[in-house]
Amino acid sequence: MDFDFMHSIWTVVMFVLFIGIVAWAWSAKRKRRFDEAARMPLEDDDDVTGGNKKSGDKKHG
Amino acid sequence: MSQPETYNYKVVRQFAIMTVIWGIVGMLVGVWIAAEMAWPALNMDIPWLTFSRLRPLHTNAVIFAFGGCALFSTSYYVVQRTCHVRLFGDKLAAFTFWGWQLVILAAAISFPLGITQSKEYAELEWPIDILITLVWVSYAIVFFGTIVKRRVSHIYVANWFFGAFILTIAVLHVFNNLVIPVSWTKSYSIYAGVQDAMVQWWYGHNAVGFFLTAGFLGIMYYFIPKQAERPVYSYRLSVVHFWALAFTYIWAGPHHLHYTALPDWTQSLGMVFSLILLAPSWGGMINGIMTLSGAWQKLRTDPILKFLIVSVSFYGMSTFEGPMMSIKTVNALSHYTDWTIGHVHSGALGWVGMISIGAMYFLIPRLFGRQIYSVKLIETHFWIATIGIVLYISSMWIAGVMQGLMWRAVNADGTSLALSLSRHSFPRPRRRIEERPWQADMKK
Repeated sequence: MDFDFMHSIWTVVMFVLFIGIVAWAWSAKRKRRFDEAARMPLEDDDDVTGGNKKSGDKKHG
Repeated sequence: MSQPETYNYKVVRQFAIMTVIWGIVGMLVGVWIAAEMAWPALNMDIPWLTFSRLRPLHTNAVIFAFGGCALFSTSYYVVQRTCHVRLFGDKLAAFTFWGWQLVILAAAISFPLGITQSKEYAELEWPIDILITLVWVSYAIVFFGTIVKRRVSHIYVANWFFGAFILTIAVLHVFNNLVIPVSWTKSYSIYAGVQDAMVQWWYGHNAVGFFLTAGFLGIMYYFIPKQAERPVYSYRLSVVHFWALAFTYIWAGPHHLHYTALPDWTQSLGMVFSLILLAPSWGGMINGIMTLSGAWQKLRTDPILKFLIVSVSFYGMSTFEGPMMSIKTVNALSHYTDWTIGHVHSGALGWVGMISIGAMYFLIPRLFGRQIYSVKLIETHFWIATIGIVLYISSMWIAGVMQGLMWRAVNADGTSLALSLSRHSFPRPRRRIEERPWQADMKK
């Protein structure tokens, strides 16, 4: 097997891997978890000095 | 999350303060050496103050001192807040702070003395490189240790970017700095010739890709949603562009070596991967800016948000310009001219600088429990910064394109126009060598 052929195979493998990542990210199953994850910084109460106030004030709702 | 636990803010505060200090110092040195180009007398004939020695001091100060402290500070803050757990290893975190400051101090002393490995952005000599390695391994332990003991199952995307940045920089730093020391202040690279150049730019470009990009994308993914009070525009896009960025950046280094001894195919490979990079880069830009959708009106009144969003716009511009400049035929015009310097600064000042400043304006009042001293002053700061950067990069475009065009122009007899002009237009050396004792032996 020569180098050129291996390079072609490798290119196809990487392409399939990329399509795989896209399909994984866009699958319907992931949607809800990703929507939650997208809000992670907002769920976090950013009061640093005043201790643990209850987070998730309705202003982000 | 259920029981209260205090986070480690001490190290975040320390790094935040030093971000501001090193930012001022590093940019001041930049202004100074830029002035030296216009008025060479400003080096005052003191070797320690020559452009050649202060230039690495400037680049290292803004990238590793200012940018580095910003990344330490924000990553320590973000990883605690999104993992809902205190930073792993208080002592180790303190070591990363003091160790990193020691590295910066060593740089500030050794560069003016002329101690250098002569590798761009990796000028620091081997004993300092070892200290960097120790600090960096500790950083990795603190950061990933915190991820491991996290209280939430999902690892937030900002932490993926910070993690990729920490991991990749460790690999790059170690392999580009493999040297054979001949004394405490002098070493030779274990690579030779074109391999040395390739390893250097594999390092150099990924310092851009992972230090100045991935790390600051980590900042973007936490501080823009926070300041805009909007969720990330598309979390899916963040996942895809993360992996695309990580896999693509690592191959783009050869575009720094177009038309050199590097094999042609390697140059073309570097060019193609640089062009592909446009997609994941713009994925990040779109995601950052579109996070504002539904909250655009905040841009009118919130100068911190302005810093963050204009920063991402500069990121979009410079990641369009970069791939374009990596095209061999464009590079033939742009390389070795001021265009390159302009491009670097649109990324470094526009993207890295402004997102760090935005993040610091967010962090510092919270970390110290104070109010912003003057929001109006932030607004002024924002406009001065934006106008200054736009003027900087547009003047460098004009200068660079002009230099490139003049460089390739020829006289009727085929000789270089630039060379025949330079004889007349460049000022003669101000002083003869006899008057410069430190160069006396160069005469022989």
